[in-house]
Amino acid sequence: MFEAISFYLFAFLTIAMFFITVTTSQALYALTALAAGMIFISAFFFILDAEFLGAVQIVVYSGAVMALYAFGMMFFDTTRDLKEKHGNKLIVSGLSILVAILVVVIFSAPIVSDNITALYPAIDGVGNTQQIGMVLFTKYLIPFEVAAIMLLVAMVAGIVLAGKKMDLSLTMMSDADIKDLKEDQNKKVLS
Amino acid sequence: MEIGLNHYLALSTILFSIGLIGVMRRKNLLMLFFATEILLNSVNIGFAAISHYYGDLTGQMFAFFVIAIAASEVAVGLGLLIVWHKRHNNIDLDNMSTMRG
Repeated sequence: MFEAISFYLFAFLTIAMFFITVTTSQALYALTALAAGMIFISAFFFILDAEFLGAVQIVVYSGAVMALYAFGMMFFDTTRDLKEKHGNKLIVSGLSILVAILVVVIFSAPIVSDNITALYPAIDGVGNTQQIGMVLFTKYLIPFEVAAIMLLVAMVAGIVLAGKKMDLSLTMMSDADIKDLKEDQNKKVLS
Repeated sequence: MEIGLNHYLALSTILFSIGLIGVMRRKNLLMLFFATEILLNSVNIGFAAISHYYGDLTGQMFAFFVIAIAASEVAVGLGLLIVWHKRHNNIDLDNMSTMRG
C-alpha cells in the first residue's frame, strides 16, 4: 500500500519536474527543476531496496553534477530567453517511430525473459551496501578501475579546457587595462 | 494494489520519451545536456527495477557505471562549452554545424 502511494506520488513529481525542464524557456528554472527531479528519482531507488544507489544518486547528481551546471551557467548569459529549434520533420518522425518500437520492446521484455536466472543473486542477511561492495570489488573490479581512470581523464580535460585564463581577474585590474583587454578581444573576434 | 516491474518500466519509458523530446526541440546546448541527464536517469530507474525484481545485483552495478559516465560527460562537455562560449559568445547548436573551430 505504502509502496503504491509513494510510487505514484514520486512518479507524478518526477514526470512534472522533467517536463518543466524540457519545456521552460528559462535556463534557471530548467536547472532547478532538473535538480528536484534528480532527488525525486533517488526515492525510487530507496523504494526498490537499492539504498546505496539512492545515496549515490543524491550525492553525485544533486551534489556534484548540479553544482557543476550551476557553476557553468555563471559563464553563460542565462537571462536571455532560449530559442527553440524548428526541427527537421524527418528526424522527428524517425525518432518518434523509434520510441514507439522501444515502448513495445520494453513492455514485452518481462514476458520474454520469464526464465531468466540471477547472475549475481542477492545474498540474504546482509545489507544492500555490503552486497554492492562484495560484487563490485570481486566481479566488477576491472570496470571499476577503468571507470576511475575515465573520471581522472575527465577531470584533467575539464581543468585544461575551462581553466584557461582563469588567473585573469577583472576586479583586480584598472579601468584602462580592462579597456585594452576588451579592444584586444574585439579585434580577435573581428579578424 | 501491487506495484510490479511493468510500472517501473512504464515510468522509465515515459521519462525517456520526455528526455528525447528535450533533445529534439532544444537549440541551446546547455539545455541539450539537461535532456541527456534525463535520458541517463530514466535508464537507471529501469536497471534498478529489474535488479530488484529478479534479485540480481548486475542492474545496480550498471546503474553505477552509468552515473560515473554521466559525471565525466558533464565535466568534459561543460569545459568544451565554456571554451566555445568564450570564443563565439553563444551556445546555439546551429552555429556549431561547421567544424572550422
